[in-house]
Amino acid sequence: MSLRLPSLSFTWLTRLSWSWRFTWVYLTLILFIPIIALFLKSASLPLGRIWELATQPVAVAAYEVTFGLSLAAAALNGVFGVIIAWVLTRYDFPGKKLFDSFIDLPFALPTAVAGLTLATVYSDKGWIGQFIAPFGVQIAFTRWGVLLAMVFISLPFVVRTVEPLLLELEVEAEEAAASLGASPSETFWRVILPPILPGVLAGVAQGFSRAVGEFGSVVIISGNLPFDDLIAPVLIFERLEQYDYAGATVIGSVLLLFSLVILFVINALQNWSSRYNG
Amino acid sequence: MVAFVKARRQIAGVKESKSLLPLALIGISLLYVGLIIIIPAANVAVQAFSEGLSGFIKNLGDRNLQEAIRLTLLMGVISVPLNTLFGLAAAFAIARKQFPGKSLLLSVIDLPFSISPVVAGLMIVLLYGRNGWLGPLLESNDIKIIFAWPGMALATIFVSMPFVAREVIPNLEEIGTDAEEAASTLGANGWQTFWRVTLPSIKWSMLYGVVLTTARALGEFGAVSVVSGSITGKTQTLPLFVEEAYKQYQTTLSYTAALLLGGISLVTLVLKALLEARTGRQSRIH
Repeated sequence: MSLRLPSLSFTWLTRLSWSWRFTWVYLTLILFIPIIALFLKSASLPLGRIWELATQPVAVAAYEVTFGLSLAAAALNGVFGVIIAWVLTRYDFPGKKLFDSFIDLPFALPTAVAGLTLATVYSDKGWIGQFIAPFGVQIAFTRWGVLLAMVFISLPFVVRTVEPLLLELEVEAEEAAASLGASPSETFWRVILPPILPGVLAGVAQGFSRAVGEFGSVVIISGNLPFDDLIAPVLIFERLEQYDYAGATVIGSVLLLFSLVILFVINALQNWSSRYNG
Repeated sequence: MVAFVKARRQIAGVKESKSLLPLALIGISLLYVGLIIIIPAANVAVQAFSEGLSGFIKNLGDRNLQEAIRLTLLMGVISVPLNTLFGLAAAFAIARKQFPGKSLLLSVIDLPFSISPVVAGLMIVLLYGRNGWLGPLLESNDIKIIFAWPGMALATIFVSMPFVAREVIPNLEEIGTDAEEAASTLGANGWQTFWRVTLPSIKWSMLYGVVLTTARALGEFGAVSVVSGSITGKTQTLPLFVEEAYKQYQTTLSYTAALLLGGISLVTLVLKALLEARTGRQSRIH
């Protein structure tokens, strides 16, 4: 008996070891070789040229717009995401199920459609834009539009990471805090927020990462003006259209490096979150 | 007023709270999601029918739109089976083994989700484009990948790669090996065990992954846009068609294509909810 079990599971694995080989071949062809192609292309340029291309003023302005607005969008969704997750886990109201499924729409709706409809609704004559235009604020084709598109596509992340954490939270702790005389805001800051904070931050980081890389919705709603509302992915696209492969590659490598760093951060936050919640 | 608030609170199912807080929080949530998601979503349908049903049907007959539909379906037909196969293979290779670097490998599989679609497309251009690493080799053999469907398919495969793997891996870890070992003991070979025991127990998570893969494959814009050149009627998928028609001021035509894509995403959400109900799991996004 003691011999049988290991040998059984072992034959099972060896018989399916095609899976191991297939996985590596597929990853190599689809993922590794393209990534290496990008870095090799960057590395084939002289170091000074790389620096020059990576830090040219139009690129630096594009990084600022991209990272700044993505961070703003992620932070906004951090605040509202917690509220929405709270509402979904604690309250009942008519149409809640429908409301719940709308949260996932940004994830299912193609980004081009999102950009198109946001650009229409928030244009000067659009359903919502017409009420904002009199205040002198134009949303479509400005930085506000870019921010709006980024808010749209990164909205689900915080909601969906915080929801399960709120479900696990013990209501007793809140009730105890309240019965000991804590105000709702004290209860929130001292009792509710600490255990969900790593999850909130992980969701914010995911949303941030998604917003930084976003192209489809932003390119449609943005005016794509350099030094104004041009984001880095659109700049890469334009460089490619002008057959400036070196420029596209270097800016692309900057974004890729950023993705790798933020992936590491998200992993660390998720580990922290799961440790926190046992 | 007091009666009204009381009634609202009962609807909200909050009885002991004396404050207006729940109502306010529900209101804020509805307003936020309404302004950012629900109203824009409703706008897609309204705009698509802005010339009435007959206008919508006439637009559906547009030759370039139909070509875009065909190409979009082709992207799905190519990338969904391949990525499903990969997801299953990766799950079998990884899920039940403990080895150093396992969590790193799982992160690597997730990489396409964190790489900007434009950068993904750029990588494929640098590899297969005319000035790319394999460019001369492909050109001398008369194989066209960039500005043609094979490159678009590669881009689509890239961006939708992780879905099945990341759904099936945790599922496979969860179900354990008892049933398979029993099947083996009863004389089933590897493939019999796979088809009769393993596959049925992971089919829902696999389907969940397939639904998400399909939605992404049919809706991808950035990566496909970079490699396709977006030539109307030739290398234009539906999402590219949406942008192009909008830029050409054919707004209603653009919204016709957008509504088709919106319909796909509605179906996705419904299937997703059904599968979540069946597997009893929380909604997850990527």
